[in-house]
Amino acid sequence: MSVTNSQARPSEGELIKSVCSGEREAFYELVRPYERMIYATAISVVKNPADAEEVAQEAFLKAFSNIASFRAESKFSTWLVQITYNEARMKLRKARPHLYDSIDDQYQSEEGEYRPRDYADWRPISSELLEQNEIRQALQNAIGALSPTYREVLMLRDLQQLSIKETTIILGVSEATVKTRLHRARLLLRDSLAPGIDGSWVNGKPYRKVRAW
Amino acid sequence: MATIEISCVEVWREISNYVDEEISPEMRERMEAHFKVCAHCTAVLDGTRNIVGLVGDGRVFQMPDGFSKRLHKKIQNLP
Repeated sequence: MSVTNSQARPSEGELIKSVCSGEREAFYELVRPYERMIYATAISVVKNPADAEEVAQEAFLKAFSNIASFRAESKFSTWLVQITYNEARMKLRKARPHLYDSIDDQYQSEEGEYRPRDYADWRPISSELLEQNEIRQALQNAIGALSPTYREVLMLRDLQQLSIKETTIILGVSEATVKTRLHRARLLLRDSLAPGIDGSWVNGKPYRKVRAW
Repeated sequence: MATIEISCVEVWREISNYVDEEISPEMRERMEAHFKVCAHCTAVLDGTRNIVGLVGDGRVFQMPDGFSKRLHKKIQNLP
C-alpha cells in the first residue's frame, strides 16, 4: 500500500508562498500552530491578558503585511516572535515609559552571586497540578514578578523551548548573557515558589524542609 | 584520578547549565559527586528542575476564549 500526500497539511514553505500571492486563508493556516506561542510571548512583556491579546493580534497582522520581507534563513516562528517582541515593547513604552525604564535599572543591581533562600526539598511535581487554577495563578504571578529581562529569557527558553541560539537572535544578546539570565530567572522563580501554596504543593502533604542550620 | 571537589557556591552557579546539559563532562562529574553528598544542593537542583518542568507546560498561560476566531476574522477583514 502506498502512502499518499494528498491529505497532508501543506508545508510552511508552501503556505508562505500562497500568502505571498495574496491568499489570506493560507496565512491563517500558517500561523494557527503559533497562536499560543505568540500570546505567551506577548503576555511575558505586557503582563495583562487584554493587552497581550491586542499585541498578539497586531503582531500577526504585521507579519501578514510584511510576509514578503521574511527570509527563509531564519525559522518562521523565530521571525514571528521577533515581531511580537517589538510590538509588545512598543506598547509598554507608550503606556508606561517611566516604569519600563525603572524596571530595567532595577535588574542591573540584581547581578551578583546567587544564594538560595532556603533548601525546600521539592518532591517531583506532577504536571497535573497545573489543572488547579491556584497553582497556575501562583506560577503566573511569580513569572510576572520577575523583571522583564529575566522573564523574557525564561519564556523563550523554558516555555517556548527555543534553543539558546534562537534566543540570542531574538533578544540580540550573547549566549553567555542568555545563560546567565536564564540561570538567575529559574533560581529566582524557585525561591519564590519553593514554599508552595500554603507550604505545600501536594494537597495535604507538607513538603520536607532541609535547613542548613 | 579522584574528582576535584567543588563548593556549594560553585554548584549553584552552574545548576541551570547542568539542567540544560550545557557544561563540560568534567564539571558534570564534579557536580554529580557533590550532589551525592549534599542534600541542600540536591534540593536546589530538584527545585530548579521542577520550575523548568512547570514553566514548560503549555498550560501556565491559557489563551483567552475566542482568540483564534477573532484572529481569523481580522485576517479576513484586512484591506
